[in-house]
Amino acid sequence: MITELKVSAIDNGTVIDHIPSKSVFTVIKILDLEEDENQILFGTNLESKKYGTKGIIKIKNRYFKEAEINKIALVAPIATIIVIKDYNVVEKKHVSIPDKVFKTIKCINPNCITNFENVAQQFDVIDKKDVILKCHYCEKITDKKNMVFI
Amino acid sequence: MIQGKSLISINDFSKEEQIDILNLAEEFEKKSNRHILPNHVIATLFFEPSTRTRLSFESAICRLGAKYIGFSDTSSTSVQKGESLRDTIKTVEQYSDLIIMRHPKAGSARFASEVSNVPVINAGDGANQHPTQTLLDMYSIRKTQGALNDLNIAFVGDLKYGRTVHSLVMALCNFNCNFYFVSPQELKIPTEIKYYIKERNLTYSQFTNMNEVIPKVDIIYMTRIQRERFSDPLEYEKVKNSYILNSEMLYDTKPNLKILHPLPRVNEISEDVDNLKEAYYFTQALNGVYIRQALLTSILGAKL
Repeated sequence: MITELKVSAIDNGTVIDHIPSKSVFTVIKILDLEEDENQILFGTNLESKKYGTKGIIKIKNRYFKEAEINKIALVAPIATIIVIKDYNVVEKKHVSIPDKVFKTIKCINPNCITNFENVAQQFDVIDKKDVILKCHYCEKITDKKNMVFI
Repeated sequence: MIQGKSLISINDFSKEEQIDILNLAEEFEKKSNRHILPNHVIATLFFEPSTRTRLSFESAICRLGAKYIGFSDTSSTSVQKGESLRDTIKTVEQYSDLIIMRHPKAGSARFASEVSNVPVINAGDGANQHPTQTLLDMYSIRKTQGALNDLNIAFVGDLKYGRTVHSLVMALCNFNCNFYFVSPQELKIPTEIKYYIKERNLTYSQFTNMNEVIPKVDIIYMTRIQRERFSDPLEYEKVKNSYILNSEMLYDTKPNLKILHPLPRVNEISEDVDNLKEAYYFTQALNGVYIRQALLTSILGAKL
């Protein structure tokens, strides 16, 4: 596979595949990979038969909990998570949008208490298909277009 | 079970719990002075100005024989020194059995209820919710219409920022009501409220002209339009007079029509309406005392 050659294989760790090209850097931010000291390889605007282009991130020696990884579904709803051990794929799964989102997104409401006090942002996902979130505190809706990741 | 619960958003109470509060308020309307909370201290924290909400809460507290502590202005408190809301609440909970709070930031009341070990009643948080006003509005509607079900209700004025409108619409969705939203383009009802109505398979319609709605409805819920909400002052000048209700506009109405307003009023209801049988807004303000007595009694677990 051409894309596999462009971003070299890892022996152990996690591969996040089928990320929309424009969302690769947001996924890096959501997963806080800038602070990660493991070897990280990523590619974007790679060819994809299914989607035209795609992005991919490979993180060596790192495995994610489901709640942690599902947050990326907000920007990469069709992403595939591939767990690699000794160069073998041991698990392959799709992300799914969680029911609640914690400390990931800023509330769109400039008057929301979360934008003033030290309060952890918290949202209920009220529509998984269109990705519509409701702030647990001020009850304002934040949709896909208005999401600002922390 | 309402005892020990906070009331932050109207939906924190089930439909049945809301009705229980309305029924208990009826008892307080029959006899208001009942010293059933003689050993309770209630904190009233008003970080933002209020006349009716604060005074009716304080009146309710006095009529129940409880005591209150608090402030109606943050200038004499440690908030001025930069104390966080979390720390203010953690302190006040030590001194009181229940906290009533009004705060300019949306979501502040929910946050306070999560920090506090005593119940919190939201007396208004920014443009978000004002659930005790909602309960007194429901009480007023039920009292004037005999029931809350299947009513046609017009909301007029600032539907975007009017927190009383948002809470009341949500509550009335439990009673199969039909909504008419009348507002200037700039102040239309927010998406989340429209979404809430649609989710429950109820209907609403939007208008910019009040006159076509008046003959169709059982309740007109007026709100104040504030000049400062408009980005263009010319836009305000264009629409300001179209949302003033006067007696001439009330020639062709349903016999049961009542006009409500959360008050304060500026000029959106002409004074010539005040003496008409349709005007109910001052009695509505009085109902606030009974509702707040019912709430304090239920949350603090007292019996009549």
